[in-house]
Amino acid sequence: MRLLTHNMLSCNVKGVTNGFPLIIQADKVLEKPAELNHDFLRNMFYKVDWKALVDAAKSMGYSELPESAEASMLESLDFLNRFHHALMELHLEEGALICPETGRKFPVDKGIPNMLLHEDEV
Amino acid sequence: MWYLCVFYHRLLDYRKPEVESLAELFGAFHDQKEGRHLEWKQPEDHHPDSPFHFVNLPSEQVARDIASRSILVKGIYELWGEGPTFEELEAAIQAYPEEKKLPFLAPDSTFKITVDSFGKVISFQEQTGRIKSLAFIPFKGRVDLKNADHKFWLMETDDYGVNNGLPPVVKRRHFFGREISGADRKLLPTYQLKSRKYLGPTAMDAEMAFLMANQAMAKPGKLVYDPFVGTGSILVAAAHFGAITMGADIDIRVVRDGRGPDCNIWSNFKQYGLPAPVGLLRADNNLPPWRAGLKEMFDAIICDPPYGVRAGGRKSGGRKLLKGAVRPYTVSDHQRNDHIPSTASYCLVECVHDLFDVAAKMLVMGGRLVFFYPVAREDKYMHNISNSYPEHPCFELIATSEQILSSRYSRVLLTMVKTSPYTAEVEAAARLKHLDFRENHLKWLEDGNLHSAVFSPADAVVASDTESKISRELKPKYRGKEGRIGAVNDQSCISLVKVGNCSSLSGLEVPIVKAIQREEFPAGEKYIQEILILTLCRHTTAPASAA
Repeated sequence: MRLLTHNMLSCNVKGVTNGFPLIIQADKVLEKPAELNHDFLRNMFYKVDWKALVDAAKSMGYSELPESAEASMLESLDFLNRFHHALMELHLEEGALICPETGRKFPVDKGIPNMLLHEDEV
Repeated sequence: MWYLCVFYHRLLDYRKPEVESLAELFGAFHDQKEGRHLEWKQPEDHHPDSPFHFVNLPSEQVARDIASRSILVKGIYELWGEGPTFEELEAAIQAYPEEKKLPFLAPDSTFKITVDSFGKVISFQEQTGRIKSLAFIPFKGRVDLKNADHKFWLMETDDYGVNNGLPPVVKRRHFFGREISGADRKLLPTYQLKSRKYLGPTAMDAEMAFLMANQAMAKPGKLVYDPFVGTGSILVAAAHFGAITMGADIDIRVVRDGRGPDCNIWSNFKQYGLPAPVGLLRADNNLPPWRAGLKEMFDAIICDPPYGVRAGGRKSGGRKLLKGAVRPYTVSDHQRNDHIPSTASYCLVECVHDLFDVAAKMLVMGGRLVFFYPVAREDKYMHNISNSYPEHPCFELIATSEQILSSRYSRVLLTMVKTSPYTAEVEAAARLKHLDFRENHLKWLEDGNLHSAVFSPADAVVASDTESKISRELKPKYRGKEGRIGAVNDQSCISLVKVGNCSSLSGLEVPIVKAIQREEFPAGEKYIQEILILTLCRHTTAPASAA
C-alpha cells in the first residue's frame, strides 16, 4: 500500500466521525522505485492532506518532507522528488491501519489493506 | 474536412462512440458547447450497419491519432473518389484537385495499393486487374509493399445478395482513397485472455476492455479506478494506454492472493510490462472507505459491476441484515481479529446507486464513468422502453453501446460524463436512499435483481403486450439452486445425438453437454448426473459425456 492510498482512506465504522488519518503500524516497509510523473504529482498535490502524508511518511521512517507545503514548492525538482518518494515509492507491505478514534485495526497483508467491516460495524 | 472511415464489421454499436471519444481525447472539440458528437454521413443506399461511413474531422492529425489508437476503425482515408461503377470512380478521381493528389505521387516516394472488398471475395487476378486499371493516376513513385510512404486503398461493396448479414446494398460502390492511419489490432492477440496468467470467471475480454478504456479516455497521467477490479482485466487496458490505475474488490482472495505468487493481479500487469496499479485494496463499494472531504480524485471510473447473472454482487453486513431484525448481531471481542465478516447479496439497483454516488463524488468534473448495464431484451423489444438506463443528476449520458449476450439479455456499455458538481443535496439524497436499501434489504433483493428475468423460462411470456407485462410478474422468481443446474450457465448447450445405424443401437441417443465454465472443468459429476436424469425421463439414453 502506497501512501497515496493511505491518504484517501478513513475508518468508516458506523458512528465514527473522526476516522482520518489512520495510524500506521509498520511491520514491514518496502521501497519500490516508480516512474515520476510531474503532471500527476502536481494534480495530486491539491488533493492530498499534507499533514497526514507527512505523519504517515514519518511512521514509515521517511522524514524528508517539509511540515507544510504550498503550491509554489512544486517548481522545485527536489521537492517533487521527495513528494514522489513519499507518495508513490514507500510501500506498507505488512502491518495495520488503526482508527484514531476507536482503535479498530485494519490489517495490511501482502500490501493490501483490508477495509471490509464486520457485521456489527455497518 | 470529410474523411472516409471504414470499420471492422463487429461490435457495430461500439464503433461511432469509440471514434467520438477518441476525437475528444485528441482535441477535436475545441468548445464543449459544440457537444461531443461528430458529423457523420453515409454512402448512398448504405444501411447504418455498413462499415463505410464518412466523418468530419478537424485535421488529418486528429484523424491519424484516432485511427491509430482505435480498436474498431480499420482505416481512415482521404477519399479521392467514389462511384457506383468503375467508370464513375475514375471520373471522380480525375476530378479530385491535382494539388491534393500530386504531393503523394512524387517520384522520390514509395507507395502501395491494396484492393479490399466487403461482402465479396476478389481473386488475386481480379485484384491485379483492378490495380492495372488505375494506371490513369500518374504514380511516379516506387512500389514498396512493406513500408510504403503512401498507402492507397481501392475498396468495393457487392451490389446485391448476401451482404454479411446486412440488408442488401442495392448499388455497388467503389471507393479509392489514401490511408491516413489504421487500427493496431496486433495488440489484441498480445492481450487475449487465453494467454493471461490470472483469470477469473468474469474477466473482461481484451477487445472490450480496450474499448472501455477508450470510452474512458485513458491516457498518461490520468488516474483510473475500478471498484470491482477482480483480476484487473479492465485496468490492464487502461494501463496499456498509460493511465495510472487503482482498484478495489470485496473479495480479498482476488486482490491479495490470486492463485499464488506468480499468478495474481500484479502478475497480469507484469506479464505485459505495464506499471502495476498504484493502489489495490479490499473495500466494499456499498460502504466505501474514502475519507470525508476527499473528492474529485479520479479522472475516470471504468467497471463491469456484478449484476447477478454470471457473478452475484456482495456487500458487507451479511448476517446483520438478515438476522438483525430478530437480535442484533455482534462479534465477540476475542474473535474480532480472526473474524471473517459475512456478506449479503447486493442487488443491481443498489449496486448502480452506489456506483453513481461514488463516481459523482470521486470523479473530476468532465471525468468519465464507463460501465456495463444489463438489459433484459424482452423489456427493450416487447415494451419499447427506449430510455431505461439509470440516471443521475451529476451525469450526462453520452453513449450507449449494446452487446447481445443471449436471446434474453444483453449488456449495454454506458458512457457518462460528470457535468455537475457533487452538491450537498445530491449527497443527502444518496444517504436517504442508502438507508432505504439497508432497511428494506429483502424487498430490494427481490425487486432489484436481473437474475430472474434472465433465467425464468421465456415460454411463460404471452404474446400480447398488455398481458405479457402481467405474466412477467407472475413468473416464478429464481431462488436458490433448485431451479437450475449450477454448472449450466447462459453460454451452455445440451444436445442429443443419435449414434449408429444398426438395429440394436437405433434407439440410442448420447447427450452432449457443452458449458463454458472456467472454474470447473470438466463439468462436475453431479451436474452430469442431473442432466442424465433429466434426459432419461424422456429418452432411452446412454450416458456419455464429452466435456
